[in-house]
Amino acid sequence: MSASEGNYLHIVMPDQISDTRRNFGRFIIWGSAVLLILTVLLQSLDQSNFLSFGFENWRPTLYAYLFWAFSLCLGQVILYGEQGKRRLFILPAVLFVISVVIFPLIFALGIAFSSWNLSSPDGRQFNGLANVYQMWSDPFYWNALKNMIYYTLAILFEYIIAFSLALLLNTQIRARKFFRVAFLMPLMLSPVAVSWMIGKSMLEARFGPISRLARELGWENPSFFGSHEMARAVIMMMDAWTFIPLMMIMILAGLQAIPKEMHEAADVDGAPPWKKFWEITFPLMLPVSITAILIRIIFKLKLADIIINVTSGGPGGATDSVTSFIFREYRDRSNVGYGTFLAIFYLIIIVILMTILIKIADKWMRPRY
Amino acid sequence: MNKQIFHDTAQDLSFKPNWFFNRFLIYGVLIIWAFICLFPIYWTITTTFKAAPDVMKGNIVPWWDFTPKWLGLKSLGLSPNTIFVENTVREEFLKRFWNSTIIAFSSSTIAVALGSCTAYGLSRFSYRFGFMRNSDISFFFLSQLILPPVVLALPFLVLYKELALLDTRIGLIALYTLTVLPIVIWIMRDQFGSIPVELEEAALVDGLSLWKAFGTIILPIALPGIIAAFIISLVLTWNEYFFAALLTSSHAKTLPVMVASQTGSQGIAWWSMAALSFAAILPLVIIGIILEKFIIKGMAAGAVK
Repeated sequence: MSASEGNYLHIVMPDQISDTRRNFGRFIIWGSAVLLILTVLLQSLDQSNFLSFGFENWRPTLYAYLFWAFSLCLGQVILYGEQGKRRLFILPAVLFVISVVIFPLIFALGIAFSSWNLSSPDGRQFNGLANVYQMWSDPFYWNALKNMIYYTLAILFEYIIAFSLALLLNTQIRARKFFRVAFLMPLMLSPVAVSWMIGKSMLEARFGPISRLARELGWENPSFFGSHEMARAVIMMMDAWTFIPLMMIMILAGLQAIPKEMHEAADVDGAPPWKKFWEITFPLMLPVSITAILIRIIFKLKLADIIINVTSGGPGGATDSVTSFIFREYRDRSNVGYGTFLAIFYLIIIVILMTILIKIADKWMRPRY
Repeated sequence: MNKQIFHDTAQDLSFKPNWFFNRFLIYGVLIIWAFICLFPIYWTITTTFKAAPDVMKGNIVPWWDFTPKWLGLKSLGLSPNTIFVENTVREEFLKRFWNSTIIAFSSSTIAVALGSCTAYGLSRFSYRFGFMRNSDISFFFLSQLILPPVVLALPFLVLYKELALLDTRIGLIALYTLTVLPIVIWIMRDQFGSIPVELEEAALVDGLSLWKAFGTIILPIALPGIIAAFIISLVLTWNEYFFAALLTSSHAKTLPVMVASQTGSQGIAWWSMAALSFAAILPLVIIGIILEKFIIKGMAAGAVK
């Protein structure tokens, strides 16, 4: 147990496990595994029309898999006793994640290099690198990727607003709970409802209250989704509106964890407020800020609901995010193959960029007192 | 003789007006932002009760510039005079609402159960699966957060079609569990990390089994974290739209999908859209007001070490 990094519980006594029990445990695990493999084989044969068992779908394989997973968990306890019970804490989650992430991802790689129109009867057709070429010359996809960069850069403004709000909430104010609840509210609302509430009704060109206000302020014909820049900015603002509370609360938690003595010491030394902020609060908040921004980036990369429902990518793809683009691509042409390839490509970009970001962040995370 | 020992410096004397100015500024900004946050909700509620002319005139304050009517709730069949009458829209709405409720609650429950056990295991025992140690396993789980839903959406569409899970609640529950699992693990790891190991050591010495110690001693202490994780999962799963839009068509359609499908078709019948949107956000608004403490706790987890 030299690898114990943290504060772990350790085993006091090894279990006495009899041979029969051990054999029984092995039998369950391997028996169910054989059953699973057999089912898969039979179903594949059935699928490729070698034999016909009249399977309607792959459900039997699913049941066999569930049975195997259950036996594997049970087998751990039978085989290893106390040690197995410990494995049981994480084994179900590991199996679950593997079966719903890793397996579909491998499956997705298979689809990605094929043309598969779900509504056509031909089924899947392997088409090699055709999807790559198609992506390479697809201006809308690159445009969507470019938009994601803009959307991600908008996080900087969100961060500034969130930080200022957190600073304000951290001062001595009355009705703090009211403000906290009010500020939290946008995060609780469903993006779809928000797209109607704000995007479709409040920003409606003729009757919406915001357009009315804009007209009062001297804008003749307010149209929020007319020009490219405007539409993108409005989507950014709506997304910011929903997610600023998340950053704000993380930063507020960080602010409240700063020891009071720091500020008192600075007060005694007669530091002016802005200097107090730049020399104490901001550096101390750096780790929290980076965590908040990273989490925000992760959420931002999934941005889609608002775009799908408000602009559906328009005007001319100016507001498209990658997710909403693939969504429409599938809706319009129901081509699973190309959509999956685009998604996988997006995933690869994200993984590379996030790894770099986390590496850089790790360097910055160490607080410099 | 009248010489003061302590002088008020100019800085001290100017303190008072400065203080008032500051207060004014702080409350001003806070109130403006609170207005920005709350006005859309207020707008949706009032629009529910507006007739077409009120919408077009841009009336905002009820009873003052317009008389509230039951239009919005009537369109859902929930107004006082339609509530006991047979109504297809209401049937549809209640079915979607019920779907959303079941899916959100069961996936959050499963995610919290799986996630708590995993987080506990990772914070207490050292594992070794091949080359993977505890920190690698933690990273494996948390890295799922980066995975954009669109990568899984289309493969799942095909897989679910083969498994006959398309348009079923179980299919959505499995996916939603997956999307919130990393967040639950993130919150719960933080929670269990703050509970001293000595508690279980004492329990084990006293003869409790591992699972019993976990269930009777650790879980009750970790309850605030569990509630926080559960509520955040509930919020995320209740609002989820993307998977639901792709993977459901009639039977298992959730409320957000219903709201989205109505947006195009209504014309100026804003009251009915407003009522629908309002119904979609109401449960979470209530949860947000009552359980604000837990939500904040959950979101702040991991931000502060």
